[in-house]
Amino acid sequence: MELNVVWFILLTVLFAGFFLLEGFDYGVGILVPFLGKNDLERRILINTIGPVWEGNEVWMITAGGAMFAAFPHVYATLFSGFYLALLMMLMALIFRGVAVEFRSKDDHSVWRKTWDGLICAGSLLPALLWGVAVTNLIRGVPINAQMQYTGTFFDLLSPYTLVGGLSFVLVFIFHGALYIGLKTEKEIAARARQTALRVGVATALACLGLVGLTYTNTDLFGTSGAGGALWLAVTAFVISYLLVVRARIGWAFAASGMSIVLITVSFFWGLFPRLIVSSLNPAWSLTVYNASSSQYTLKLMTIAAAVFVPVILIYQGWSYWVFRKRVTGKNLEY
Amino acid sequence: MEELLLARWQFAITSTYHFLLVPLTLGLSILVAIMETKYVRTGDALYKKMAKFWGKLFLINFSLGVATGLVQEFQFGMNWSEYSRFMGDIFGVPLALEALTAFYLESVFIGLWIFGWERLSRKMHAVTIWVVAVGANISSLWILIANSFMQQPVGYILRNDRAELNDFTAVLTNSYVLNQYPHVLLAGLVTGGIFVMAISAYHLLRGSQVDFFRPSFKYGLICALAASLLVAGTGHRQAQFVAEAQPMKLAAMEALWETANPAPFALAAVIDQQKETNSAEIGIPNGLSFLVYNSFSGEVKGIKEIQAQNVERYGPGNYIPDVVPVFWSFRIMVVAGMWLLLITMISAYFLKKGRLESYPLVLKAVLWSLPVPYIANSTGWAVTEMGRQPWIVFGLQRVDQAVSPLVPASAIWTSLIGFSVVYGIIAAAGIYLFAKFARRGPEEKAPDASVTPVKGATLWN
Ligand code: HDD
Ligand code: HEM
Ligand code: HEM
Repeated sequence: MELNVVWFILLTVLFAGFFLLEGFDYGVGILVPFLGKNDLERRILINTIGPVWEGNEVWMITAGGAMFAAFPHVYATLFSGFYLALLMMLMALIFRGVAVEFRSKDDHSVWRKTWDGLICAGSLLPALLWGVAVTNLIRGVPINAQMQYTGTFFDLLSPYTLVGGLSFVLVFIFHGALYIGLKTEKEIAARARQTALRVGVATALACLGLVGLTYTNTDLFGTSGAGGALWLAVTAFVISYLLVVRARIGWAFAASGMSIVLITVSFFWGLFPRLIVSSLNPAWSLTVYNASSSQYTLKLMTIAAAVFVPVILIYQGWSYWVFRKRVTGKNLEY
Repeated sequence: MEELLLARWQFAITSTYHFLLVPLTLGLSILVAIMETKYVRTGDALYKKMAKFWGKLFLINFSLGVATGLVQEFQFGMNWSEYSRFMGDIFGVPLALEALTAFYLESVFIGLWIFGWERLSRKMHAVTIWVVAVGANISSLWILIANSFMQQPVGYILRNDRAELNDFTAVLTNSYVLNQYPHVLLAGLVTGGIFVMAISAYHLLRGSQVDFFRPSFKYGLICALAASLLVAGTGHRQAQFVAEAQPMKLAAMEALWETANPAPFALAAVIDQQKETNSAEIGIPNGLSFLVYNSFSGEVKGIKEIQAQNVERYGPGNYIPDVVPVFWSFRIMVVAGMWLLLITMISAYFLKKGRLESYPLVLKAVLWSLPVPYIANSTGWAVTEMGRQPWIVFGLQRVDQAVSPLVPASAIWTSLIGFSVVYGIIAAAGIYLFAKFARRGPEEKAPDASVTPVKGATLWN
């Protein structure tokens, strides 16, 4: 296989891993002020992701670094083009990261409420913006022959991309609620399940909207694999919902994770071999060929990925194993 | 070119901010790891307390470092898209490797460390903080490899309108990074050591929790003393290296307009960049020659001559960096380094004699030295980065060629103001927490009010 294609697949893997893992972190973060009735409960919620969220966020950092190394033009075009959106996302992530560490280090109620609000907003905004970004990549944005984005921030907002953003938010909330159901006990866990049941309906509607608008706005369904993966994602989501109804939270979580992975796979598959579609002229799209690094660099990076990714999976998996127990009111660090 | 200026300001602000946090992470992680190792070895609860207390301060700093690091990872694309296109082939590699080999390690193992006190064996728990410390220091190595390429490109060829990698080993063993990395690593240890010393000094001055802060002070002192000696040594070596690699930077560091043999070392100068001369100057005769060649004679090239050479080599243009900030930043760093060396040696002397606590003046000086390593770190980078101007990649790409062409000034203003405000807010919150926990010490309750503090023992209030 060509290395350009290998790196396209690796990028898909990184984004899938990122959405899968950070997806429930965002979901938990968004739910903190709503599900946590009192300070202790909110702490329990934050502590469910406490030991793992930083490792999850690195999936995004790595995806960014990998994009820089393998497809520098995509890195350059995307981040200079989606400038203000990225700015908002970064500011949200700064607040969120600091908030998790800081919120329990002082017991003043205004202090805690402020940081809790920032955890929520700092999770909501990135979830929304990633949805908007991914749908824009495939719908097409104004990119000229010099690979420069010629639009403005508002060109990124359209009914389709907003539904994309909303779907991401809801899917992550659903996924996060299931994670809470798995990682907490008794009342909170029960409440999380109720939330999943309620949010699930809205999520299903949003996803159907996303599928419909993807059909009318993009050429994703022109590729049978991509279209198939999207339908499979919807199926996985429905299965997950049914499992929640039957209170099989563990399996439901696995299924919602599967649907997130399938959505990611579907969009990347639909994009291939492009990475950003140009709405001005299809020939100006950024592809794995015209946007890539040299073969030497791709080869080097392939070796590095082959060596390090398995090691990372092992120790990150181990850390999940160490923290496999449900979080109770005891030994809360955050 | 308003965009260019704004982009430079925004980059300078976010990077300097990131690097206010990074050195403490580099140094303190190692100190905490040593403390915890001592606990595992001896089983003495004091060392566990030390690891926990300094670890808590470490974590506050770490979270700020990670948050600001996120911006670093993405902002090359935002404001420097043409740089990213030109350099991605090379620059992306260390960045991606940094994530693969260091960020995952740090981030996963910091979670294990924070939450693992009850869940991991003592030994395993100590291992996790070592992994964090090693991860942090590996991460800085990768980013400095990237930065060193910008200072001294190696292992590349120009093809397809960009710099393409053709010898990765050369990039890894760039002589620039071999000189730079030890200095930065040691600067981190200086910062960590002084941090521990200063907060310990605060408590020793007040006579509060002395059984805890005496040994802490000692750990900080050993670290800071050794590292201060070595940071000065490596810095000296680095200056000699810069003289070879980037003679223009060295000339700007010394505000040396005319080539001289022997060259004097300017202690202070009134610099007139427009007229390309110093209107006043006090210096040490032959000093610069000695600095560069370890001998009292030897020719050091001046700015004007190097400018003429550069015009010949790279075509017409102005290749002179802003001399004033480079010159003064260098002096501030060196004075800071000398000061830290002095203060750590004096502390060591009195500690050895067992009389440290009877000299509040010394302890106060240590306390007030807390900002000094931070100043040295920031001014050090100002020398490195501003002295490289007008190049973004030395000899290959100028800063004005690197900026994103279609990002409007309004967007950069938004990010400049946005990041400044956000960083301001988290800085205020962080300082509040630092001060709170530093003042409280390892005990959960507030410090004993019955001990009378020595006058002047304040921690910024
Ligand atoms: C605690 C911090 C600290 C201290 C005490 C010193 N430095 Fe430093 N210095 C740094 C922290 C630093 C730094 C921030 O880490 C830099 C920026 C880039 C680098 O490589 O290290 C730096 C850069 C830097 C450079 C520029 C290198 C370049 O352009 O690539 C030189 C020549 C020196 N240093 C020399 C010295 C000397 C002669 C010192 C004498 C005491 C000294 N430094 C103390
Ligand atoms: C963390 C420590 C660092 C600090 C404090 C720092 C500081 C600065 C400053 C002050 C500038 C502005 C110079 C000017 O415009 O006059 C600058 C520019 C820049 N630096 Fe750094 N820098 C750091 C590390 C790095 C590293 C590690 C890299 C690359 C890996 C890097 C890449 C750049 C780039 C791309 C610019 C913009 C172009 C320019 O103005 O030269 N910096 N930095
Ligand atoms: C200008 C280029 C830089 C980029 C792109 C960058 C990127 C990042 C990122 C993304 C993080 C967060 C990692 C995480 O989530 O664990 C981070 C943290 C860190 N960076 Fe940087 N960084 C830069 C400059 C530097 C420099 C010059 C150093 C050291 C010499 C450094 C050392 C560190 C360390 C030790 C951390 C760990 C956390 C902490 O800072 O407290 N970085 N950086």
